[in-house]
Order: sequence, then structure tokens, then C-alpha cells
Amino acid sequence: MNGSLLTSVAPELLRLGIGLLALVGFIAANGMLLLYVERKVAGHVQRRPGPFEVGPHGLLQAFADAGKLVGKQLATPAGADGLLFWAAPLMAFMPVPLMFIAIPFGENLFGLETNLGLVLILSFAGFNVLALCLAGWGSNNKWSLLGAARAVSQAVAYEIPLLLSVLAVALMCGSLDLRQLASSQGGWPWQWNVAVQPLAFFIYFVCAVAETNRAPFDLAEAESELTAGVHTEYSGMGNGIFFLAEYANMIVVGCVATALFLGGAQGPFAPGPWWFLAKMYLLVTLVIFMRWTYPRVRFDQLLNLNWRWLMPLALVNLLATAFAVKLAG
Amino acid sequence: MAILTAPIQALAAVWSMVVGLRVTVTNFFRPQETIHYPRQEVPPSHLDSFRGHIELVGADEDPAKARCIGCGLCAELCPSFCLKVVAEELPVDSAVCYPSQAGTDLLMPTPKFRAAPPSQTQPRKLLSYHLVYHTCSLCGLCVQNCPAGSLRFSHDVYLAGASRGRFEFDLMERLRGQAARGGAKGGKAHA
Repeated sequence: MNGSLLTSVAPELLRLGIGLLALVGFIAANGMLLLYVERKVAGHVQRRPGPFEVGPHGLLQAFADAGKLVGKQLATPAGADGLLFWAAPLMAFMPVPLMFIAIPFGENLFGLETNLGLVLILSFAGFNVLALCLAGWGSNNKWSLLGAARAVSQAVAYEIPLLLSVLAVALMCGSLDLRQLASSQGGWPWQWNVAVQPLAFFIYFVCAVAETNRAPFDLAEAESELTAGVHTEYSGMGNGIFFLAEYANMIVVGCVATALFLGGAQGPFAPGPWWFLAKMYLLVTLVIFMRWTYPRVRFDQLLNLNWRWLMPLALVNLLATAFAVKLAG
Repeated sequence: MAILTAPIQALAAVWSMVVGLRVTVTNFFRPQETIHYPRQEVPPSHLDSFRGHIELVGADEDPAKARCIGCGLCAELCPSFCLKVVAEELPVDSAVCYPSQAGTDLLMPTPKFRAAPPSQTQPRKLLSYHLVYHTCSLCGLCVQNCPAGSLRFSHDVYLAGASRGRFEFDLMERLRGQAARGGAKGGKAHA
């Protein structure tokens, strides 16, 4: 019965279904892992142990936290717009698995075969801003609203240099397919795109940290100024889903950077997916270390950095790439 | 000129971020400074500067007896009124005329409780010394001003309790207990 059902479904659809399921598992597992890594890094950077009591070396702390979040009451603040308020966390998380399906974890390890993978990821990444905007608006709270306003202006600003830097690589390889972009590079670091496009990589990385609202660009939640910004009114799993989406977004930007700039799943001696994961986790660890190193920037500094530095640099880089491609081609 | 200096400044700023990352990464790999409390405890040698609640210092000849001369200055000075000192009354004729009675000590009023100057040749016998620690603000005026050197901060880092009574101390009894354990000789304190 099952077998006939499976064979009656189109293989492409089946692959997509299995892929989505596996990716949701991957995202949930990574959320827990990164929560643990984040707190351990924070602890050790400050010369303290971090989580230590639950399980050996605090390994089960993430499960305890998840249990606590799931068990908490979901409170809707008085005067809040219930529909928008609860749509926001769902909208923050919903596009995340969709972004993952286009990512080539290995030669044949991907959810969906598409030649517009980059466009798909970049367009779904925009949903996160909408979710933060809804959360801020629906909370009926001035801090949330201020956080949402910051999130929107920040995302609008940083999306542009991000796209421009990605575009430079796409121009160079003549494709928007992540698999093709990854496989056009070699296995050794000097064959990676980052060797040819270091400026684009730098701009992409800074913008990606800003896009995912990670410190030092976490202006949208800025706890010292806005309590928790857009997250202020969320309790229990509402808050938990936002966090899960934040960690998942970190992984997405790490994956895209790996595929675009760091040679994707290619590397010597070991099978592709391991290389891909290793590079991706290296970038994510760097982002985590950055959070515990740099103080949060002021909002005008944030926008100044974008409009006065990253934008012009990305434009110049794109133009130079276009010229070089034209001349070489 | 700005077109040259701005990029240089920007590069310097980027480099400073690399330096910052190096600081956190080196600290990440250095040993931890904290102590896992229930399993480990701070070594006593690290507790010299710790200010716990006050305790009495035992006399050199008899560690179970406090150096206290019963003048009551500590209880008078205490801004939180958390000390209660009871000493035996001196016979009236041995009480000397003290500046407070002459009205000459305008700068630092002498406590009314005190019947004899700290340099009295005839100390009063201490009958009881009670500390109500929950109102103490650890200002240290009592320790600083004790004319007999009979007060110091204890080094009890792990003081904890489930009721208010746990923080009300009979310091004389405490001193006797310390002496019985052989740890209250002047200078070094034990929790």
C-alpha cells in the first residue's frame, strides 16, 4: 500500500517533501546546537564555564530551555492585534525551510533543483523583516514598535549592498544556480571566489550579520534601550520561534556564503557535505564570536556604515567585475 | 585630503576589529576564573579581603573571651542599629568626667551610652553581644572605630539561610565555638 502510494507520487515532489522534512529536523537540531554553542562561547570568552549543570558540561541545557519555552503560557498583551501578533512568529519561521531547499549541501544533496536558487533565497529572506514589522505593530507596545521601525530601515538599507555583492559573484560565474556557482570553484582556498572577490565577501558578510539582526547590529532588539524590541511581548514558544528563526537565518547566510565564496561542497580528502558543513559552521562560529566581541553600534552609525561605505564599495566592485567579465569574455 | 585619510581610518577601524576578535579568542582558550560552587570552594587565602558579617576577636590569653572592653561605641556608631551590646555597669565612683559631659566635643559627639573613655584602665565585662545581620549595611564603622580592636569582618562567603533567625547572631557564643575549634586566635579569621 505504502509502496504503491510512494511510486504514484511524482519523484520530484517526493524529493521535495522528504527534503523539507529533513530540513526542518536539521533546523531544529541546529537551533538547539547553536543555542548551546552560543552560551558556551559567551561563557568561555568571559572566563566562566557557561551552562554546566544540566547533563555533562551542560549538554542537555538546550533541551531544558526548549522544555521551559514549550511549557510557558502564551500570553497576548491587552490591546494587541491577536491575529498579527501570532502571525508574526509563524511568518518569521515559515520561509526558513524554503530557503534551505535550494542550498546544495553536496553534489546530490539538495532539496530542489532550480536554476534560480539565489533569487529564491534572497526573496524569502525578505520575509523576516515583514515578520519583525508585524510583531512590532501587533504588540501594542512602544518598544516593539520602535524595534520594528529600526528593523525595517536596517533591513532595507542592508539588503541593497548584500544583493550587489552577491550579484558580482553571479556575474562572474554567469549563473544564479547555487549548485553551479559552487561547482565553478575549486577545492583549494586559492580557487575559491573569495580569492577573486574578497571585497564582495567582506560586504556580504557584514550585510549578512546585519540582515540576521545579530549583534553588533541587533538594533531591533537592543535590550539596553528597547527591553527586547520586537520580542518584548512574546512569551514561551512565540519567543522561541523567533530565536529558532534567528539561528536558522544565521545558518542560511553561512550556507550561502559557503556556496558563493568558499567553494561550496568541494574540498580535498573528505566527501563534499562534510566540507560544506565545516565551512558553514566556521562562519557561524565567527558570527557568534563577533557577538561577544563588539559592542552594539548606534543607529546612525549603522546607517552611515551602510550608505557611506558598503553601498558605494559594492557598486564599485560590481562595476569593476562587470568590466572585467566583459573584457575577459 | 579627506579622500585619502578616510579610507586609511576605515582600514584602521577594520584592523581594530580583528584585534578585538583576537582578544576574545585568546580569552576563550584561557582557563576559567570561576569556581563551581557546590563542588568546589574558594581557597581561604583568597578570602582575606572578603567582608562578611562582623565577628568578635578573641583575647590573646583566652581565645574564647573577646578583647571587647564593653564601651558600646560600636552600637552607638552603627547607622542601622543592628548591634546590641550589654556590659556590666561600673560602680558610679569609678566613672570619670568625660568630655561629653563638659560639652567640649562639638566635632564628634561622644556616644551617650559610653560611661568611660576607651583608654579606661578598668574594662567593663561584656555580658552579651548580639548582631542582627539583616539590617547591617557592612559600612564597617564599628570595625574601624573599635578602641580595643575587638571587631573584624568574618570570611564566611557561603552564609545562607532559609529564615530570618539564621541571620541573628550571638557573637559571644560564636567566638566560644570558634575557640573550641581552635581557630579564633587574633589576626586570622575563619568562617
